[in-house]
Amino acid sequence: MEYLSIVFEEVYKILFLLVPVLVSVAMIVWLDRRVWAFVQKRQGPNVVGPFGLLQSLADALKYIFKEMIIPSSSNKVIFILAPIVTMTLALIAWAVIPFGATQVLADINVGILYLFAVSSLGVYGIIMGGWASNSKYPFLGAIRSAAQMVSYEVSIGVIIINVLLCVGSLNLNDIVIAQQNMWFVIPLFPMFVIFFISALAETNRPPFDLPEAEAELVAGYQTEYSGMMYAMFWLGEYANILLMCAMGAVLFLGGWLSPLEIYPFTLVPGVMWLILKILLLFFLFALVKAIVPRYRYDQLMRLGWKVFLPFSLIWVVLTASYLFYFNLLPVN
Amino acid sequence: MIAHSIFFYTFSLIAIVSAIMVTASKNTVHSVFFLILDFISISCLFIMIGAEFLGMIMLIVYVGAVAVLFLFVVMMLNVAQQKNQWFASKDSSKHIPVGLIISTLIFVEIIIVIGGWKYKPEIFDINNSLTQVTVTNTHSLGQILYTDYIHVFQISGMILLVAMIGAIVLTFRQRAGVKRQSYIKQISRERVEGVEVLEVETNKGIRIDD
Repeated sequence: MEYLSIVFEEVYKILFLLVPVLVSVAMIVWLDRRVWAFVQKRQGPNVVGPFGLLQSLADALKYIFKEMIIPSSSNKVIFILAPIVTMTLALIAWAVIPFGATQVLADINVGILYLFAVSSLGVYGIIMGGWASNSKYPFLGAIRSAAQMVSYEVSIGVIIINVLLCVGSLNLNDIVIAQQNMWFVIPLFPMFVIFFISALAETNRPPFDLPEAEAELVAGYQTEYSGMMYAMFWLGEYANILLMCAMGAVLFLGGWLSPLEIYPFTLVPGVMWLILKILLLFFLFALVKAIVPRYRYDQLMRLGWKVFLPFSLIWVVLTASYLFYFNLLPVN
Repeated sequence: MIAHSIFFYTFSLIAIVSAIMVTASKNTVHSVFFLILDFISISCLFIMIGAEFLGMIMLIVYVGAVAVLFLFVVMMLNVAQQKNQWFASKDSSKHIPVGLIISTLIFVEIIIVIGGWKYKPEIFDINNSLTQVTVTNTHSLGQILYTDYIHVFQISGMILLVAMIGAIVLTFRQRAGVKRQSYIKQISRERVEGVEVLEVETNKGIRIDD
């Protein structure tokens, strides 16, 4: 019985985390379309509910009642598994995000490595979907995204090393607490910019949305999907985008810390600060989608391997030498 | 403790079954997927014995990078054709003796290693000193790798670098007649260089291809 009560408590905690994440994913889709529309002087979705807030729910309802079509020549097991993998990986990563000094589901020692590992596994949903569809456009999309995500992961890894040099711990809460005096966005500003652009590429957002470039590849790896399976890809993708925003907020913008430790700011709980920072980063994601044209494939590869990787490596050397020379290395 | 052993047996069962399926499945892409499942369950086992750093690095390096490249190559092959040629022919049985010899060798090596660990524990006193320290295992790995074993560590890094450069040199070929873009050239082009306005006389035209 004791074991059962522990299990129930954990399930309760997990639901308490996942339900808000899923609801905010639906809301964030609405926000994305709204921002996109306003930049282009359109209205965007504004009919369903107040300001069109319920548009995503209406869309989700539509997807649920649509027929799921499984192509007869596809590899059925992997075809069905692909959206499930995408969705699951996008959700399990939220376990380690700290919403407060104690409000974290799993406060593990290697939190940042866990986040990095889960985000690097995200490519499998896309490859599996693209290959199992047994069709040309999905396959091309899957090949493109495999190469793209592997390339940009490398630079994200090096950027994480930069932050870790300043912190001396892989625990996400330690990373947040290390930013008490100064958020890492100030000393490591170039790394923040590169992290932001790499996160765009890692989540297949414009201008790096080559795996699903509709002008060339119909819808890329999602071409053969319909109904609920398509909706799962769609939710997983946006959950991943939110996750990258949360990662950026924790690594560079001080996570749940308030910007100033003075009276009116300290009243606001840490969770609200983290949500505000995630929303700010997501707003930038949405703006970039609206104002930047798509990259060509060779330019994308050049940017990842020849610009970002050497630059962030040089920055690692600089950070390490600076910390070593001024005896600031975090030693415990 | 019961939950712990249930998890242990689940992960080890998945690891063993998927390792067998890697060799047994006829579709090469399925083999790679089973290999990935194997890697993931092995990293779960690493995490269960408290080596969370190794488990995560295993996920990042093997599953996140190496297996993606495997999949990348295998997906390019014509799986259906290969399946028919390879499994239907009698060629496949020729390799069984060689495979048996190699697997016996590996089995004997594993037994020797485990035997040494079991009967002469003082060889592995580093192992013992690791468990006594109360720091996280990322810290303790760093403290050993970058102090006592710094030379071995650096040399293994150099070997990887040499292998990488070697692979690039072997596959690098310079093709003639490929137009390369120079970004600086493109951006620094002025209007004066690109456009020329000319008066064209009627019925005479103008030569442009000089």
